[in-house]
Amino acid sequence: MAAMIARLTNGLSRRALGLLAALLAVLLAAPWIANDYLLTVLIVILYLAYTGQAWNIMMGFAGQLSLGHAIYAGLGAYIPAVLFTRYGIGPWVGFLAAIPIAALCGAIIGFLAFRFGVAGVYFAILTIAFAEFARIGFDHLTIVNASAGLFLPVAQLSHNDLWRLRGSPTKFYYVILAATVIALILSRLLLRSRMGYFWLAIREDEQAARAAGIDTFRYKMYAVMISAAVTSFAGVFYAFFYNNLFPEQVFNISRSIEMILGPIIGGIGTLFGPILGAFVLTGLAESVTSALAAFGVDLPGAKQIFYGICLLLVVVALPEGIWPWLARRLGVAERKR
Amino acid sequence: MNSTDMLPNRRHLLAGAAATAATVAAPAILRAQSGPLKVGVLLPRSGYEAGIGQDCQRGVDIAPGILKSLGLPDLTIMNGDTESNVDTAREHAEKLISDGAQLLVGAFDSGQSTAIAQVAEQKGIPLVINIAGAAAITEQGYKFVFRNFPTAPMLTRDGFLQQKAVFDIVGKAPKTVVFMRVNDTFGTGMSTAVAAMMPKLNMPYTIADEISYDPAARDLSVEVTKAKATNADAIFVVGRLNDAMLITRELAKQRWTPQAILSVGPGWYEDQYIKTLGKLSDGPMSFVPWYDPNKKLSKALEAALAKAYPGINLSTNHVYTFEALLVAADAYKRAGSTDPKALAEAVRTTNIADNASIGPGISFNAKGQNDKIIGGAIQNRGGKLITIAPKEAANGQPEWPMKSYQDRA
Amino acid sequence: MGLGVYLNVAVAGVLTGLVYGLMALGLSVIFGVVRVVNFAHGEMMSIAMYIAVVLFSSFHLDPLVMLVPIAAVMFVFGYALQAGLINPFITRPEHSQFLLVVALAIIIVNALLIIFGPDARTVQTSYAYDSFEIGPVIVDASKAYAAAAAIVVTVALFAFFRFTLIGKAIRACADNYTGALVVGLNVNRLYALTFALGAACVGAAGTMMTLITDVTPALGPGYTLLAFVIVITGGLGSMPGALVGGVLIGLTEALAGLLFTPSAKSMFAFGILVLVLLFRPQGILGRRLT
Repeated sequence: MAAMIARLTNGLSRRALGLLAALLAVLLAAPWIANDYLLTVLIVILYLAYTGQAWNIMMGFAGQLSLGHAIYAGLGAYIPAVLFTRYGIGPWVGFLAAIPIAALCGAIIGFLAFRFGVAGVYFAILTIAFAEFARIGFDHLTIVNASAGLFLPVAQLSHNDLWRLRGSPTKFYYVILAATVIALILSRLLLRSRMGYFWLAIREDEQAARAAGIDTFRYKMYAVMISAAVTSFAGVFYAFFYNNLFPEQVFNISRSIEMILGPIIGGIGTLFGPILGAFVLTGLAESVTSALAAFGVDLPGAKQIFYGICLLLVVVALPEGIWPWLARRLGVAERKR
Repeated sequence: MNSTDMLPNRRHLLAGAAATAATVAAPAILRAQSGPLKVGVLLPRSGYEAGIGQDCQRGVDIAPGILKSLGLPDLTIMNGDTESNVDTAREHAEKLISDGAQLLVGAFDSGQSTAIAQVAEQKGIPLVINIAGAAAITEQGYKFVFRNFPTAPMLTRDGFLQQKAVFDIVGKAPKTVVFMRVNDTFGTGMSTAVAAMMPKLNMPYTIADEISYDPAARDLSVEVTKAKATNADAIFVVGRLNDAMLITRELAKQRWTPQAILSVGPGWYEDQYIKTLGKLSDGPMSFVPWYDPNKKLSKALEAALAKAYPGINLSTNHVYTFEALLVAADAYKRAGSTDPKALAEAVRTTNIADNASIGPGISFNAKGQNDKIIGGAIQNRGGKLITIAPKEAANGQPEWPMKSYQDRA
Repeated sequence: MGLGVYLNVAVAGVLTGLVYGLMALGLSVIFGVVRVVNFAHGEMMSIAMYIAVVLFSSFHLDPLVMLVPIAAVMFVFGYALQAGLINPFITRPEHSQFLLVVALAIIIVNALLIIFGPDARTVQTSYAYDSFEIGPVIVDASKAYAAAAAIVVTVALFAFFRFTLIGKAIRACADNYTGALVVGLNVNRLYALTFALGAACVGAAGTMMTLITDVTPALGPGYTLLAFVIVITGGLGSMPGALVGGVLIGLTEALAGLLFTPSAKSMFAFGILVLVLLFRPQGILGRRLT
C-alpha cells in the first residue's frame, strides 16, 4: 500500500501534494457547504472531468484524435439501462457488461483505422461516422425503444440504494467524485507505465516509435480500448442520474464535442488539464448565465456567445491549455522528464 | 515531451466556481412568504427547439394582464433556458429553485420535462408541465408533478375520434392513407400508439405504407415521391414544423394533392407554416389539443396576443403554456401560501372550468394528469385557423377535399 | 413501384447532390489547401443564406442574381477571418484548430439566433414551386437552377486553379508548404486568399441553398458534417471530386430512402464514407497520398 502510494506520488513536489489534498478535502466536504444547485453543477463538472480524462488517455497520451467518444458513453448508458428496465439487472452488473462491449467497439474502430492507415483528421472523421452510425441505428432499434426514448423507473428516489444506483444527488456526487479520482490515479499509473512511455513516443513521432521497435499498432489499440472502457462508465452514470435516454441526445456529436473541450482548454496530455478544463468551462457557463440574469438580460443565445468568445480567447492566448501555464505559475509543474 | 503533471489547488476551484458561488450565495428559499408567487419557467429558447420554445414564451408574456383581470394573484416569472438540452434543463431547474422559485412550469419537450420532474420531486416543488406527450412522466408515482396536456395515447385516441367526427360532417372519408411520421421521440411514441389503437377504433381507412423520416431532414423529395407512389387517398402525418413545410413544397412541386392532409401533431397549424407558405398553407387539418374559440378566456387570449404580437395566430403553444401559469396562480390563490406542500395540494385539487382549451376544464387525477382534455380539429383556411370539431367548439365547417396545389396561383 | 418512381428519385438525388457538392467545394478548398479543419463550415454557409434571405425580403433581389455579390461578401469575410484569426493556427495541431472553429461556430449560431430569431426564414421566388415535366419525370425547377449554378461555379474554380498564376501558386502551397516558402511565395497571403475563395464558394452555395430550403440558426452543424462526408468521399482538394462526392451521397441517400426506411438513409452515407476511408483514403477523385 505504502509502496503504491509512493509510486503514485513519486515526482510530485510537497507543495503539489498539499494542494491536491486540499482540493480533495474541499470536494469531499462540498455536499455540506454547497446548496443543491451548486452540487448539481459540481456533478456536471466532475462528469465532464471524468469523460475528459477518459478521452485524454486516447488523444492526450497516445495522440489519436477521437471526435466520436459519444459512442462509448452511449453504449455505457444503454446497455445497463436496457438490462435494468427489461430484466431488472442492477447497474453495476450492467456496467460489467458494458465495459467489454465498449472496449470491443473501440477495438473494431481502432482495428479498421490502424490497419488501413487512417490517421489524423481522417481518423477523427471516421470516429464521427461510427458515432453517427450508432445514433441512427439506435434511433431504429426497438429493444431500446428506438427514438421514443428509454425511461428508467425513478421510484424510491429518496431511498438511498447504492447497489441499484438510486438515491439522492449527494450519493451521485460521491459516485462521480470517486470515479474522477480513480480516473486520475489510473491516468497517472498508465502514463508512468511502460505503455505510457510508448504512447508518448507514438504521439510525438509514430514513425520514429516504430523504428525504435515499438509495436505501434498494438499500443494504439490498447489506448482506444482502455479509453472506450473508461468512458463507458460515464454512460452508466448518465443513464441512472438523468433516467431517460434518447439516441438523439446520447449519441449526438455535440456530446462528443463537449467531452473534449475540457481537456483541450485545460491542457491536452496533462493529467490535471481535463479536470481543470471541466471546472473552468462549466463554471464559466454557469457564471455567464447568472451574470446575464443579474443584469436582467433575457436573451436566448447571449450566454453561448460569451462562452464562445471565452473559448476563443483561451485558445488564442494559451495554445497548450490553461494547466501547463497555471502549473508554472503555481510552481508545481513537474520537472521535465 | 512535456507532461506537466497535476496539482490542483484551491485557487483553481475558485477560478471555476467562484463566480457561480457568488451569484447563488443567497439561496433564499423563503417559503411561506407573502407577495407574488415566484414561478420558474423552463423552455427550450435556444438550441434546436428554439423556435417552438420562444413561441411558448409568448404565452408567458401575455399572462400577467389576463391573470390580473381574472382576479388572480401576481406571479413573478423567472425565466430559464433549457438550451434544448436534458442536462441544462436539470441544472437550470436546480438553479431556479435555489434562486427562490416556488413552482416550476415547463418544458415543452418530454426528455427535458422528465429531467425537471425529478428535481421538482426531490425538492418538493410543484411542477406544472405545459406541453410534453410522453406517458411515462405521469406514470412514475410523482407527488409534485402535474400535466395539463394529453399523453401520446390520449393524443392518438382523440386524433382518430375527431377524424371520424370530421368524416361524419363531410360525409366522405379516405379509403387508404399513407402514414408519414418524423422519427423522433414524439413521432415514434405516436406510431406505437397508432398501431395499438387503430384496430380498436374501426377507422374507415387502412394504412397503405408507413414512411418515417429524419427529424433533421433537409429534403423530403424522396419521402413524398414514395408516398405518392402508394396512391393513397390522404396523408396521415405526425411531424413538426420543418418537415411540414418541406412536405407541402414537395407536394406542390410533384403535383400531388391528396384528398386531405390529416395531421396529428404540431407543424401544420403553426404560424410560421402559414406565413412561409401563403396560399399553399390552406387545407391541412390538424387533430391536436386546441383551444375552444367560443370560451371567454380564449377570446381574452386572442386579444392579448394580437396586441402583443400582431399577426400571430393563437395556438396550442401559447394556450397550454398560459394555462400552466393559470393553474399556478389559481393554486396560489387557494393555498394562500407559498409553502410548496400546500401549493402542491392546491394544484392537486385544481378545478378550473373557465379555461381556454377544449374540454370540461382543468383538474388532475391521482397521477397528476389532466385526463379530461379533449382534442380538437382545426383546418387552415385563408391564413386563419378554423376549429371544425368537436361540435361544441367548432366555428366553421370543414372543407373537403383539399383544393389542388396547382390551382392556387 | 414503377420505373418512373426510381427515375424521379434518382434525378432528385443527383440534383440535390450537386448542390451539396457546391457547398462541400468550399470546404475542399479550405481543408485541402490550408489544412484547417473548418468545423464552422455549415455555420459560414448559414451566414450567406441569411444574407440572401435579407436581400430578397428587403429589396426583392433574386438569389440567382445575387450569387456573385454574396460570394464576394463572403470572400472578404473569409479573407479577414483567415488573416485575422485563423492564420496563427495553421501550424498548430488539429485539436487546437478544432477548438478555435468550434468556438467560432458557437458564436455564429447564437448571433444568428439573436439577430434573426429562431424561426425558419425563406426566399419566396416566383418560381419556387415550378417544376418541369419530362416524360414520367418531374424535375424541381429551383433545384435544377441551383445544380446548374453548382456546375458553373465548380468549372470556374477548377479553371482558376489550373490556369491562373495565383491558382498555380496556391496549389504549390498545398503540395509543399516548405517548398513554397523556399521559392519565395507569400504563403500567408496565399492562404488567406484560399480561405477567402473557399468562403466565396460557401457564399455561392448558401445563396443557391435558399432556393431549395429554409434557413434557421441551428442548421449549421448538420451541413458541416455533410460537407466533411462529401469532401472525404470525393477527394480532398479535388474540385470535380466535391461534385462527384456530392452526387454520390445525394444519390445514395435518395435510393436508400426509397428502398429502405427514409429515416435511416444517412446511415448509408456514413457507410460510404467509412468504405472510402478504408479502401480509398484519398477519396474517389483524390490523388494518392504519400
